[in-house]
Amino acid sequence: MTGAQEQKIRQTLDDANLQLAIYTATGRLMSHRKAAVAEDVLPDFQELRTQANLLKRHAIENLDHYLEQFESQVVAHGGKVIYARDGAEASEFLIDLAKKKGARLMVKSKSMTTEEIDLNERLERQGIEPVETDLGEYIMQLAHERPYHIVAPALHLTRYDVADLFTRKLGVERETEIEKQTKIARAVLRQKFLAADIGISGANFLVADSGAVVIVTNEGNGRMATTLPRIHVAIAGIEKVIPRAQDLAVFLKILARSANGQHITVYTSFLAGPRREGEIDGPEEFYVVLLDNGRTRLLADREKRQSLYCIRCGACLNHCPVYRKVGGHSYPGVYGGPIGAIITPQYLGVTHDPWLPFASSLCGACAEVCPVKIEIPKLLLALRSEVVQAKLRDTQSRIERLSFRVWAWAMRRPRIYEMLGFMGSALLGGEGWIRRLPKLLSHGPLGAWLSQRDLPRLPARSFRQLWRARRKAGEN
Amino acid sequence: MPRASIFVTCIVDQLYPKVGMAMVDVLERIGWQVDFPERQTCCGQPAFNTGYRDEARTVARHFLDVFRDAEYIVVPSGSCTSMIAHHYAELFQNEPEWLALTHRLEPRIWEFSKFLLEVARVEDVGARLERVATFHDSCHGLRELGIKEGPRRLLARVQGLSLREMDAAEECCGFGGTFSVKFPEISGGMARTKIDSIQRTGADLVVGIDVSCLLQIQGALSRAGLPVGTMHLAEVLACR
Amino acid sequence: MPREYVLHRTRTALGRTIGQPPDPAPPVRLRIPEIDLEARIASLFAEIRNLAGKTHRAASPADARAYVAALVGERSAVASNAPFLRECGIADLPTVRSGIANAEELRALCADAEFGITSADYALADTGTLVLFSSQQEARMISLLPPVHIAVVQSGTILSGLDELLSREPLPAERSSSMVLITGPSRTADIEQILVRGVHGPGEIHVIVV
Repeated sequence: MTGAQEQKIRQTLDDANLQLAIYTATGRLMSHRKAAVAEDVLPDFQELRTQANLLKRHAIENLDHYLEQFESQVVAHGGKVIYARDGAEASEFLIDLAKKKGARLMVKSKSMTTEEIDLNERLERQGIEPVETDLGEYIMQLAHERPYHIVAPALHLTRYDVADLFTRKLGVERETEIEKQTKIARAVLRQKFLAADIGISGANFLVADSGAVVIVTNEGNGRMATTLPRIHVAIAGIEKVIPRAQDLAVFLKILARSANGQHITVYTSFLAGPRREGEIDGPEEFYVVLLDNGRTRLLADREKRQSLYCIRCGACLNHCPVYRKVGGHSYPGVYGGPIGAIITPQYLGVTHDPWLPFASSLCGACAEVCPVKIEIPKLLLALRSEVVQAKLRDTQSRIERLSFRVWAWAMRRPRIYEMLGFMGSALLGGEGWIRRLPKLLSHGPLGAWLSQRDLPRLPARSFRQLWRARRKAGEN
Repeated sequence: MPRASIFVTCIVDQLYPKVGMAMVDVLERIGWQVDFPERQTCCGQPAFNTGYRDEARTVARHFLDVFRDAEYIVVPSGSCTSMIAHHYAELFQNEPEWLALTHRLEPRIWEFSKFLLEVARVEDVGARLERVATFHDSCHGLRELGIKEGPRRLLARVQGLSLREMDAAEECCGFGGTFSVKFPEISGGMARTKIDSIQRTGADLVVGIDVSCLLQIQGALSRAGLPVGTMHLAEVLACR
Repeated sequence: MPREYVLHRTRTALGRTIGQPPDPAPPVRLRIPEIDLEARIASLFAEIRNLAGKTHRAASPADARAYVAALVGERSAVASNAPFLRECGIADLPTVRSGIANAEELRALCADAEFGITSADYALADTGTLVLFSSQQEARMISLLPPVHIAVVQSGTILSGLDELLSREPLPAERSSSMVLITGPSRTADIEQILVRGVHGPGEIHVIVV
C-alpha cells in the first residue's frame, strides 16, 4: 500500500463526521433496497437474480457474437460503432470528432466508464470543455475529485461543502439549502445542455438485437444529453451487451431496486440510432464507442470473468463493512468497494495493488446482495492466491510466506502443534488481558492486534489437556 | 448410544478450551457419546484465506486423514465447518482421491447448533442462565451455512435468558482472520461499530457460534472498558 | 485495427472462432399477470401519487380538456402532435402551442414553456410509468424541458407492467429511434440524500387517464 493510500484510509477512519455520513448514507440505501426486494413486494426477486446471472453468463460466454450483432444493428439504424483498445483510443475518437465538427462543449451524462479512462482530463488537454451533468458528478467535477460511490458520487460531502464549492467555482452567493443548490445547478447546466455540440453518455446496457443503448437516470440529464446536442456518443465497456430487448424485463427490475430501492429509475431511455425520418427531434449523429481497456484480459480467466457481469448498482459497496469504514477514495482506481477490489486487480494486474484483495473480512455481504450473483468473496480468494503465487520480494511477504510454510508443517504434526501450544501458553498464559506489548515486539501481528483490541491471556491448559485429564478422572 | 466425533478447531483448543468442554457437556447431556480424535489440529482456513493454497491443502489433507472414518463431526464454529464443507472441494479439484474423501465427509460435518437441531433434534437442552443477551450472526455461518434462526431457537429455550436483537446483528465484527492484523485500523473500526450496536440493546452478554468473532468482540469490549461479556452458544447451553 | 483486435482477443479468451453461432440463449422470461382495467388504473394512479405525481381520471375527452385548461390557465404550454390531444381539444387551448414539426422552433418553445403536454403510447400500471416513442407525433423535448409535464393517456393503453410492454414491443427499435420510460418527476438525492424534485427534467407530472 502506498503512503498516500494508507493516509487516506486513516484520515477517513479518524473523521467522525465522515464516518457517520458514510454509515448513515449506505445504511439508508441498504434499508431502501431491503424494502424494495421484500418477499411481498417482489416475490420472484431470487428468481430474477438467477435469470440475470444466466443471461449475463450467456452474453459474456458468447460476447464476440453479441458485439457483432450489436454493431450490425447500430449500423442498420444509421449509427456507427467504434472499438477502442484503451482510454487513449476512445478519447482520440472523441477529440477527432470534435475537431471535425467544430465542437468545443460536451455535456456528459453519468458514466463510470469515462471516469475509468480519465476522459475529462484528456478532453480538457485538447481545449474541449466536458461538463458533467448529473448533480453529484457535477459537484465532483467542480471539486476535482473522483466519485465517492458508483451511484452516489458526492456521498461524502455535506450541503455546506457544496455551498462553499458553488460560491468558489460558480461565483454565486453562499446557499446552504439543498433545494436551492439544486436549482443553481439546474440553471447553469440548462445553458450547457442548450449550447453543447456533443452529448456523451455511458450505457447501462447495450442491446444486441436492437443496436440500442439503454441509459437510466433520475434527474433527466441522460435524456437531455442524448436529446439536445446534435451528436450523441455513448461510451461503454464491451461487457455491457445483453442479448435481447426483452431481457430488460429482468435487468430493469433489479437494477434500481438494488441500487437505492426505487422500483425503476425515473427515466429509462432506449436509444437506437440517430433521429429518423419523420421524427421531430433527437441527435443527427449517433456513435457507440466499445471499450476494451483490460476487459479482454479479464475475459481470459474462466472463473473470474464473472466480474464482467456487474451492472454497477453499487449494492455491494453499501453492504460492505470495509467500504463503510474506508469510504470511496481509499481504493485504487475508480471502482471502490468489493466490485472494485475484484475488477481493479484484474484490469491493472494483481501486483499493482497487491494489498487490495486482502482488504476484506470475507463476510460475504456483497455476494448476498449482488443482483447478478457475482461470487465476490470467491474471486477475492482466487486473487489472494494469485498475489501469493506472484512471490512478491518485499521482506514482509517473504516472512509471511515462510511463516505459513512452517505453520503448515507444524499443523500436520500434532506433537509439534501441541508443543507450540505449550510455548505460547508459557509466554502469554495466565488470567486476564494482554493490553500492550514491549515496544520491541509491537511490529508483528500481535502488535497489530493490540493496537486496536485487547487479547485474553492464553489458558493454562489446552482443550486436549483438559480432555485427557477428564478421561483419566473418568477411568479412575 | 450414538457417537459423535468433535473437531474443536485450533482456536478453541488453544484459546477457548472451555468452549470445547461445554460442547462436550451438552452433547453428553443429550445422550451422545463424544469422541475426540487427538491428532486433530486445524482445518487450514488461515492459509486458504490468505492465499496459501498449497499450505492449506497440506493441513486439509491432515484433517481429512484424521476424520476419515468419523460418522458425525461436530464443530463449534460456522467458519471452520464452512471451510471443510464448502472450500475443500475447491482445494482438491485436481486431486480425485482427496476430492472423493472430501465429498464423503461433507455431509458428515455439522456446525454445533445445526447438529443439535437437525441431527440430535433437540431444542431444549435444559440450560439455565440469568442474563440479558444479544446474538451475533457470524458471517460464514449465516451466509454460507444459512444459520440464522437455529441458535435463537436454542437460546429461547434457556431458562432465565432474555434475548434482544441488535440492529447490526448481521454486520461483520471485523475479525476476518489475517485481515484483523493486516488491516488493524479497519478491523478495529468495524469492531467498534459492532459494539455500538451491541450497546444499544442494553444486553450484558454477546452470544455467538464462532469464538473467532467473539475474540474480536471481546477484545474490543475490553479495550473500550465496557462491562459486557461474551459466550459461545455451547457455553450458554452448558449452564444450568 | 482496434475492431479486429478487440474481437480477436474476445474470441481467443473465450475459445470461440469467427462466425461461430452462440450457445442457445436462456429463454425469454416475461410474466404477464391478468389484471382488469380498473385495477390497472388504480395501481397506475397509486404508483404515480407515491412518487408525488398528480393523477386525474377524466370521464370524457372534454373532461380531460377542462382539467388541462384549469391547470394551464393563462400560462404557456407546448403540446405534442399526438392525434389524441387534438381529439380531446387540448391542442386548441388558447395558450397551448402545437403542431410544431421543426426541431429548432420546438426547442426554443420548450425552453420557455411552463407546461409540456404529451400523450403516451403506453402506461405501466405496476410502476406508474409512461412509455413514449419518439415520432412525428411525439417529440422528446416536450416531456423533458418544461418544468411541468402533463400526459393524457387513453385507458386502453395501460399495461400491467414492463413484461407486457416488452411482449407487445419485442423490438422497440423497429418502431422508433427512442423509447423512453418516465416514472414520476425528475429527482435527485445527490446532496446528503435529501430528495429534491425537478433537476433537469420536469419537477411536476400530471397523468390524466381518459
